Amino acid sequence: MTEPLLSVRDLVVEFPTRRGVLRALDGVSFDIAPGEVLGMVGESGAGKSITGAAIIGLIEPPGRIAGGEIRLGGTRIDNLPHEAMRRIRGKRIGMVFQDPLTSLNPLYTIASQLIETIRTHMDLSEKDARAHAVGLLDRVGIPAAARRIDDYPHHFSGGMRQRVVIALALAAEPELVIADEPTTALDVSVQSQIIDVLKEICAERGAAVMLITHDMGVIAETADRVAVLYAGRMAEVGPVRDVILSPRHPYTGGLMASIPTLVQNTDRLVQIPGTMPRLNAIPAGCAFNPRCEHSFDRCLTERPPLIGVAPQHAAACWLADKEIRNDG
Amino acid sequence: MTDSFIKVEGLTRHFDVSKPWLNRVIEREEKSYLTATDDVSFEIRKGETFALVGESGSGKSTIAKMIVGLLAPSGGTIEIAGRRIGPDDPGAVAAVRQRMQMIFQDPFASLNPRWRVGDIIAEPMRTFGILSGGEVMREVARLLEVVGLSAADVAKFPHEFSGGQRQRIAIARALSSRPEFIVCDEPTSALDVSVQAQILNLMRDLQDEFGLTYLLISHDLSVVRHMANRIGVLYLGRLVEVADAKRLFVEPQHPYTQMLLDAVPDLALSGRRRKPVTGEIPNPINPPPGCAFHPRCPLAIDRCKVEIPAPRITPTGTAACHLAGSDTTTSAA
Repeated sequence: MTEPLLSVRDLVVEFPTRRGVLRALDGVSFDIAPGEVLGMVGESGAGKSITGAAIIGLIEPPGRIAGGEIRLGGTRIDNLPHEAMRRIRGKRIGMVFQDPLTSLNPLYTIASQLIETIRTHMDLSEKDARAHAVGLLDRVGIPAAARRIDDYPHHFSGGMRQRVVIALALAAEPELVIADEPTTALDVSVQSQIIDVLKEICAERGAAVMLITHDMGVIAETADRVAVLYAGRMAEVGPVRDVILSPRHPYTGGLMASIPTLVQNTDRLVQIPGTMPRLNAIPAGCAFNPRCEHSFDRCLTERPPLIGVAPQHAAACWLADKEIRNDG
Repeated sequence: MTDSFIKVEGLTRHFDVSKPWLNRVIEREEKSYLTATDDVSFEIRKGETFALVGESGSGKSTIAKMIVGLLAPSGGTIEIAGRRIGPDDPGAVAAVRQRMQMIFQDPFASLNPRWRVGDIIAEPMRTFGILSGGEVMREVARLLEVVGLSAADVAKFPHEFSGGQRQRIAIARALSSRPEFIVCDEPTSALDVSVQAQILNLMRDLQDEFGLTYLLISHDLSVVRHMANRIGVLYLGRLVEVADAKRLFVEPQHPYTQMLLDAVPDLALSGRRRKPVTGEIPNPINPPPGCAFHPRCPLAIDRCKVEIPAPRITPTGTAACHLAGSDTTTSAA
């Protein structure tokens, strides 16, 4: 296997509060290979966005990275000084956020925002930067890009704005794009357009993508591998097909079965009882044990590590361990 | 055939989106109107779940608000349980109001944060004078159990509950006036999928237990398919297709329905090839003439640009398309 582009090991993010320290991420590890699309799924509060924020060094104080390391192309980036991190952000890691209205400055034209980003990271003249910007807008599918580049964000529809944000994220030709819920604010017909654009362009430029979303359908169509987060911990990671069609963690299985589909006819949806625990009340052992129908003694006391169940496919569940022993 | 509970005919609603008077005079502009709902007709039969789907701005919520009486229609008629709502029959609203309830999208905004759960659920009973005295609190406790909460929760405040639990409280409140018909406006859009499954299952159970009729508003096609008996698809304020729920997904008759189905990400990994979606919803203040979908429609003919298509009978229901009912549309599937 090739050297991973991004490597996250045992990442711990903590938020000190008056009532004690909350662990938003607890021992999260994963790799992203160059050009790969990794999906990151989980329910609200599972730690998806915090993972993205930790990688680009944008965790809001008092939150902090309390342990583990993040490597980009072999060099550690989690302990870099502010100024060095600022140069990586945008240049080597691009970001696409959920709401395209708040991630663009309403007071500046698209042209000035794109040109500013391009010239910050690339050694280009104003004129060349503008030509580069027009090319980018054209590539993300904005009609009459040369004319529309001088418009303000409010002149664009939601879908078009998200295209501009993608152009902005890719402006400096980053190796990794972190897309945090890029289509959640959009309608379903626009969503499919944006996902197609994001996927195509990143493939064309060889950029890896970390796609954060709560929508399993988007992951199924876009990602190569998927990581499932639960209460700040990795529940399962593996190739998309394996995780969706044969999930090995009971949480992933329940999550998949609880989504109504366009093909199956079921009278009742499978429901996972209860809700995800709050960060200040995570149970001992496996965080999922109170909601799990398969839990046994070991789950209540001992936290399961990620256990390999197939090549590249691992689940943090003691049952995965047991099954392997039975097979062998 | 079962009798219809709600019958809507030619329902239309305009919103005045003009600039202030002075600006209009100075800039010499006419008044402008947004047509949120345009000539919509459908009926909901007793005991069924009728769903309205569409993208933002297609008029889903406007229709729901007009049915429950939160908005007055600009045109058309609404008939509820055989009585036409309108100035001709002033008593009609009062007569039917108790039989209808609504569940809203955001359970954080729809519950008063200063009221205890018991009071929130008791309010419709007290307003309609269904029960009094100690019976009210006994009924509240029973309703809490019905929706899967505990009778001990009456004294708590909404902030002590999670999103899914709050939606259960909203459902208990809706049930407390013993309605026959509940309008559910995006009841699970604000919830995570595992909680969504709990709420959808609860809604189904309640329907079986109390014989409820639902109008379900959603933008999520898979939720709608799971819940509804019949589905109406809206585009720019017009009803483009009404069909039996299961068949709509197999044999969509209107090109817009087809496009919408193609756009839904495929979770089953069937490897089906999607047709890329083109274009965006036009500005509703100035919609295209003729069929509003014609600029994006792969099958559009000249007639579509000038004439608004009337609903036509199709094998699965009705579709407002000049080509529906003939072979041309089905071949697109």
